[in-house]
Amino acid sequence: MTADAAVEPQLAARRPESLGELFRVFNRLALQGFGGVLPVARFELVEREQWLAPDEFVELLAICQVMPGPNVISLALLFGHRYFGLRGAAVGVAGMLAVPTVLVLGLALVYGRIASHPAAVAALRGMGAVSAGLIISTAVKSMPALRRNALGVTLGVALTLATIVGLLWLHLALYYLVPVLGGFGTWAAWRALRRRGTVR
Amino acid sequence: MSFGAGDYLEMFLRFCLLSLLSVGGAITTVPGMHHYLVDERHWLDGRGFTASISLAQAAPGPNILFVAVLGWNAAGPLGALACMAGIMLPASALMLALASWIRANRDALILRAFTAGMLPLTLGLMLTTGWLLAVPFLQVPSHAVGTVVLIVATVVAALKTRLSPAWLVLAGGLVGLLGFV
Repeated sequence: MTADAAVEPQLAARRPESLGELFRVFNRLALQGFGGVLPVARFELVEREQWLAPDEFVELLAICQVMPGPNVISLALLFGHRYFGLRGAAVGVAGMLAVPTVLVLGLALVYGRIASHPAAVAALRGMGAVSAGLIISTAVKSMPALRRNALGVTLGVALTLATIVGLLWLHLALYYLVPVLGGFGTWAAWRALRRRGTVR
Repeated sequence: MSFGAGDYLEMFLRFCLLSLLSVGGAITTVPGMHHYLVDERHWLDGRGFTASISLAQAAPGPNILFVAVLGWNAAGPLGALACMAGIMLPASALMLALASWIRANRDALILRAFTAGMLPLTLGLMLTTGWLLAVPFLQVPSHAVGTVVLIVATVVAALKTRLSPAWLVLAGGLVGLLGFV
């Protein structure tokens, strides 16, 4: 390994040449993603098309994760915007959504016809339990991050439980639960990080 | 049930508000959608709500499409449009407006504090979402045990294997069809 290779910024080898190409690639990657497009997006954009260097992908994703909105859609939005401005943003998102929307609404149409059939009710009961399990598993996967979190484990767990209690028992609306608990969490993390000194 | 222009507009505005709260992804705002569509307006029952999310998970494409299915099942094609436009537009506009600032300040104390401070909330919202999706089945005594077993099995499968979520949802459908849940 040479010293030069370590400091040289990684840059993407290629770029999308047209809006049509942008649409095609985002459409292709969306259609390969069953229950999560992000890993596919990484493969297609970084390895196959080489439109993003690995570090650029991580950086772009980090921005998406700080902001509200579906992460993978924000990724398409920012990527399209970088090369073609607002039109690129719109085409990137459209590429990601157009065909999958038609497919999923087709499924919804079929569901509407058969929803009351006993066999469909039974199948959907099983599917529903799996859906609940999948979302719980996403939360479980993030739990180790609570241990490394600036808030500390105690406050982290307390805020998690407060969110659940607030929604399920107190029936608080998200409109104030998110700003209040999120605001408090951010304030507490800010204090903790500042006290720690900005050691990185 | 008939929907007026006012209903669609309200739907759009409600989802606009949720869009701005969706730090950590749209799935974290499911409790807000459930509250609005099921408890407040009764456009969907609990089973219909859960089924909408299952259908989206079984299909290819970004997870956000569950919002289109919810809107469709609650209020038809215009409902799908109102909900999708609402959940997409405000967050996208904010994203484009602030992306370059965030890129320049990504190591700033306030952004790191925000990321750390929002994590417990995101976790709590996702666990609540899991509960809300399961509760229509847990409330029926004859299905409660099977549902709990299947949820636990799914969590284990999702953590220990690399099976795609869509396959797990379809497997769940089969398990249900065979009468195990």
